[in-house]
Amino acid sequence: MSDLRTLYQEVILDHSKRPRNFRLPADSNRQAEGFNPLCGDRITLYLKLDGDRITDLAFQGSGCAISTASASLLTETLRGKTTAEAEELFGKFHDLVTGKAKGTDSLGKLAVFSGVSEFPIRVKCATLAWHTLKSALEGGEKPVSTE
Amino acid sequence: MGTATTASHDVGHRPRRPFDVQRVREDFPILKQEVHGKPLVYLDNAATTQKPRQVIEAEQQFYLHDNSNIHRGVHELSERATQAYEDGREKVRRFLNARESREIIFVRGTTEAINLVAQTFGRERVGAGDEIVISAMEHHSNIVPWQILCQEKGARLRVAPINDRGELIWEEFLKLLGARTRLVAVTHVSNVLGTVNPVKAIVDAAHRLDIPVLLDGAQAAPHQPVDVQALDCDFYAFSGHKVYGPTGVGVLYGKAKLLEAMPPYQGGGDMISSVTFEKTTYNTLPYKFEAGTPNVAGVVGLGAAIDYVSEIGLERIAAYEQELLQDAIRKLEKVPGLTMIGAARQKAAVISFVLEGLHPHDVGTVLDQEGVAVRTGHHCAQPLMDRFQVPATTRASFALYNTHQEVDALVAGLHKVREVLG
Ligand SMILES: Cc1ncc(COP(=O)(O)O)c(C=O)c1O
Repeated sequence: MSDLRTLYQEVILDHSKRPRNFRLPADSNRQAEGFNPLCGDRITLYLKLDGDRITDLAFQGSGCAISTASASLLTETLRGKTTAEAEELFGKFHDLVTGKAKGTDSLGKLAVFSGVSEFPIRVKCATLAWHTLKSALEGGEKPVSTE
Repeated sequence: MGTATTASHDVGHRPRRPFDVQRVREDFPILKQEVHGKPLVYLDNAATTQKPRQVIEAEQQFYLHDNSNIHRGVHELSERATQAYEDGREKVRRFLNARESREIIFVRGTTEAINLVAQTFGRERVGAGDEIVISAMEHHSNIVPWQILCQEKGARLRVAPINDRGELIWEEFLKLLGARTRLVAVTHVSNVLGTVNPVKAIVDAAHRLDIPVLLDGAQAAPHQPVDVQALDCDFYAFSGHKVYGPTGVGVLYGKAKLLEAMPPYQGGGDMISSVTFEKTTYNTLPYKFEAGTPNVAGVVGLGAAIDYVSEIGLERIAAYEQELLQDAIRKLEKVPGLTMIGAARQKAAVISFVLEGLHPHDVGTVLDQEGVAVRTGHHCAQPLMDRFQVPATTRASFALYNTHQEVDALVAGLHKVREVLG
């Protein structure tokens, strides 16, 4: 039970039920699709890049609580960040959910995903939005897949 | 003399023993364990079933005492191994009530059985403009081999639609059968909905137009008696691991006349009767389709699994599983926000459902923490998910060792799901 509570923290449940920035923006200039064939999670991430800076993010799609909350928190966290900062955060986030790093200091709200490391098969759910982000930043046309 | 009469009398009029599930469970050592501190409740039987001690021991005995390659050596062990392998074939013949044991081809599983038919029978019989008819409730392994074939040949895959209950729409199915139809390939029982298709009627309808029929029996063979002669199907496929047998072994049944006319599947040892560099003469059935060293121990295990279910009786197994199914449906109907997908009037003990506002993946994770193993996802049937407009479902599938208490554990687990996920 305690494991479940650390996985499904209030913040995660809140963001999965009321995802932020869940919309089709009018003026995005980058987008990418992500797909997790294992559970059928599918998201489209929209970015507005102003030079090096991400000025707006939004997403659409359907997925499990973990992947939806992760996408939602990603859009909140990265607004105003540079692409380099975003990639650095992805690295830290990845280390957190795979259990490679315990420290959550620089992760802010993203720290709520620390429980994922106890559920290895859910790592793909937690990182889907981030892989999609990477693809959008690289200007990829191909949908990214977790497989 | 007197004893003999009594004995045969006993066999003929054996009173129907009540189904003793606790005794059955004793045969499955794996069930006696805790998962996350809770007793394991294994409800993922449509994916694979657990193996009784009898199957595990049969394989072990084979490796401890009889292991050898088959059909090759003149020595004692090869003799024994060959005998064990061919005994397995005879057991499968009886299990399916096939006319002859040479109609039983050993393959890796249902998937390979279907691919074999597509790549041999299909390649020879299907041409440009021809059609293959499947249904909307097929497993990917009864879709993709036909797609590959159709693409190669310029043929067309026609899909018979289903209604909201998850049943084949009969008139629509009939409309698809025509002069260009070269094969009907449908599932006997759906792995997602549990729907039992009217396979006898399907075969009869197709045969009236001289169209052969392949039945995907992966989900049927474990749960009900199958009689390929009564069905009169042309091909029947099933997997050992779903009938309490080992992984890596399965069966293709084919009518001898069809199999004989078909080109071989793979080339190699055992499938030939003579080879020169100019010409190879293919072996007779069933060996023509069994190139290379087969899964001998697997066949031994499968034979033991067939003995096991036959000893209990598939009719009794079916009756018991129907009891579990009805109990589960009754109890799941009362779970708030739960919708079952598939309400076929003929249904095997497979239940797919969705919980309002919750994703099956999360449901599966919470259930797992409660010791309840279910499958979540698209169950290798994405077109079927699209038909019901859900990205995924949670699926509970039952086997002969499941209990009413385990149905209750599933329901309690679902209440826990609400508690955790809201
Ligand atoms: C209806 C159906 N057909 C085919 C298969 C494929 O069986 P296998 O993976 O053993 O080849 C399955 C297994 O999930 C199934 O349920």
